[in-house]
Amino acid sequence: MTAQYEELRARAETRWKELTAGSLPWVRVGGGVSGEAAGADAATAAINQALARLGKRANVTRVGMLGLCYAEPLVDIMLPGGDRVFYANVTPQRAREIVETHIGNGVPEASLALAQVTAEGSQGVPGVPRLDDIPAMRRQVRIATRNCGHIDPRSLLQYVASGGYAALDKALSGMTPAQVLDEVKNSGLRGRGGAAFPTGVKWGFLAGSKAPVKYVLCNCEEGDPGAFNDKGILESDPHTLLEGLILAGYATGASNGVIFIRQGHEEPIEASRRAVQDAYDAGLLGKNILGSSFSYDVEVALTGDSYVAGEETALMEAIEGKRSMPRYRPPFPAQAGLWQKPSNINNVKTLAYAPQIVAKGGAWFKGIGTQTSAGTAILCITGDVQRPGLYEVPMGLTIREVLNDVAGGPLTGKRMKVLQTGGPLGGVLGESSFDVQIDFDAMSKAGAILGSGGIIVGSEDVSVVDLTRNLVAFNQFESCGKCFPCRLGTTHMLEVLERICMNGARAGDQELMERVGQSMKIGSLCGHGQLGYNPILSAFKFFADEFDASIKEHRGAVGAFADGSMIVPSRTRP
Amino acid sequence: MTTGVTAAANTELRDRVRRALRSQKQRTVTVLSSLLAVQHDLKYIPEVAIEETANHIKGSTINDVWSVASFYTNFRFTPPGEHTVEVCWGPSCHIRGAQKILKTVQQELGLDREGETTDGKFTLAYNTCLGACAQAPVIAIDHHHFGRCTPESAVALVREAGSKPAAAH
Repeated sequence: MTAQYEELRARAETRWKELTAGSLPWVRVGGGVSGEAAGADAATAAINQALARLGKRANVTRVGMLGLCYAEPLVDIMLPGGDRVFYANVTPQRAREIVETHIGNGVPEASLALAQVTAEGSQGVPGVPRLDDIPAMRRQVRIATRNCGHIDPRSLLQYVASGGYAALDKALSGMTPAQVLDEVKNSGLRGRGGAAFPTGVKWGFLAGSKAPVKYVLCNCEEGDPGAFNDKGILESDPHTLLEGLILAGYATGASNGVIFIRQGHEEPIEASRRAVQDAYDAGLLGKNILGSSFSYDVEVALTGDSYVAGEETALMEAIEGKRSMPRYRPPFPAQAGLWQKPSNINNVKTLAYAPQIVAKGGAWFKGIGTQTSAGTAILCITGDVQRPGLYEVPMGLTIREVLNDVAGGPLTGKRMKVLQTGGPLGGVLGESSFDVQIDFDAMSKAGAILGSGGIIVGSEDVSVVDLTRNLVAFNQFESCGKCFPCRLGTTHMLEVLERICMNGARAGDQELMERVGQSMKIGSLCGHGQLGYNPILSAFKFFADEFDASIKEHRGAVGAFADGSMIVPSRTRP
Repeated sequence: MTTGVTAAANTELRDRVRRALRSQKQRTVTVLSSLLAVQHDLKYIPEVAIEETANHIKGSTINDVWSVASFYTNFRFTPPGEHTVEVCWGPSCHIRGAQKILKTVQQELGLDREGETTDGKFTLAYNTCLGACAQAPVIAIDHHHFGRCTPESAVALVREAGSKPAAAH
């Protein structure tokens, strides 16, 4: 252990002890964008008012998201040295009740509690399940999200007290860059941005370059509607990502790291900026990190609104301040990337695994998940399910297991009819795909894409034709316009899908879209055009009946077109 | 007199743009980062900002700056309304009823598309994903997110915002 880390660790443990077993109760309010949308601000205000009325003091902390979005606003209370009790759906009224009972009277309000984490040696609160035992948590294995919802994302010390930066300390004090790289290679980690390329091999490309300036880029563009796991990790536990980014820099001999986020997402942006600044102040970034010979700089770069900016070469254009349009390859980023220097791009989730892989060893990580897809899948399950949320489950569960066991299955009285996975360039899947294993290869064999981890569930009330149109409308809106097959093709396909939705299909519309989709696949530089036909293709495959009803039988307008409420939000770039 | 006032207003605008450009503390300052800084401070990109950005970033031309400003869909070239209402139309929100919300909010604001209300009080914008998909359908008012919306709750939130002073600039 380096002397610097030992000192940091000691400070962190002192602070942690004050928080958990000091003189004040610790109240954690689940935040992030999801918590905010569910009413975390009102809950926090009501908690503070109730405390003031009781004349009590407490540490009230806005933590990130635990992932149980259905239970938000989520609040947990821990009396000094006591059990940590979670309360779900905390309205202002309920906030007052739990503060009065739990803090005012010193007794947890068991009838309102969702779960608990018991203090060491405690029997716990009778009748309240343990957090790890509730259905939404039981099947989870939390690696990248292990701290989310538990610590203050603004606190470096809370991260360190939870074991943070121990992996960096281990690497810098006792491992060569090649050894760190080997651990990542041995872990079987594959990129979580969509392409599933082996991360160790990718890092090896950059490690092989002797250039003095080399970049590791972290991609948090995350424009996929329905996916919020990258932003969720950044806003809840930015130091996990940062530690991963520093480890990647060490393993590859890079000089600079860049965290790339879309403008407007203030919580992840602020959390990242603060984390970077605090890491500099603590000697975890900059010259001679933790007293070693390794020096590394990190900055946060923002992009404007553009989905294609998430494509790796377009991302570099955006960091350089230009239009985010993909570049021709070769040269590949490992030779000439950002500012024409050797570069390596990783998704947030990929990098967020690195600290635990280095701390616990590659073999440990490889032991989780399946043969070819090691580790976990970090899923955002939304739409028509009981428990929408952000869940980290081991690879190898089936989609159905995750939807039913973790996300609670369909809404009451409904069935789950359609899944939209892998973002708007991914698939529209029917029930026969529910038993596919969540695993990069099993899913791609089944014509499904794990992609960014978004799974949107639709009940029988959802028109698949209309859902497909919604996805294609997004793809049309977001085409960067560089390649005409994509620019015109997405526009043309949207036009066709709109008329199908309005009961105005023409004979041959399906074949027409097939031809356009084929041209896009052949004639586009990046995935946006190459994959733009995917949602339509998979929707045809799983829901031929619905398309036939619209195209061949003209059985009426569908979706929001049917009740005349459809507003077509299409817009083209100027 | 009018020209005098206009000239003074232009000078003030130019000063605000320059201050925004100089406020960038990060290591890497580019055309895009400069435009983001201007829009962050002024809430839109006035024409003088194009020229000022071209001056600020060595080697860039007015055409380069326009090219970037016109590409990213978050940039706007006129001042927004006092309050901004964003309605998400991503697939999670779409499935959970975003269309009805979009329609009632439009009716409430007297608009039939994105843009400003005639009294300048509101800007309506469609958003491809506000990032709180598990709370769908979601709207954002002055960048604060509200989830699990119904047409009624969305309209109530819009009215509440309208009764408050303009969002801090």
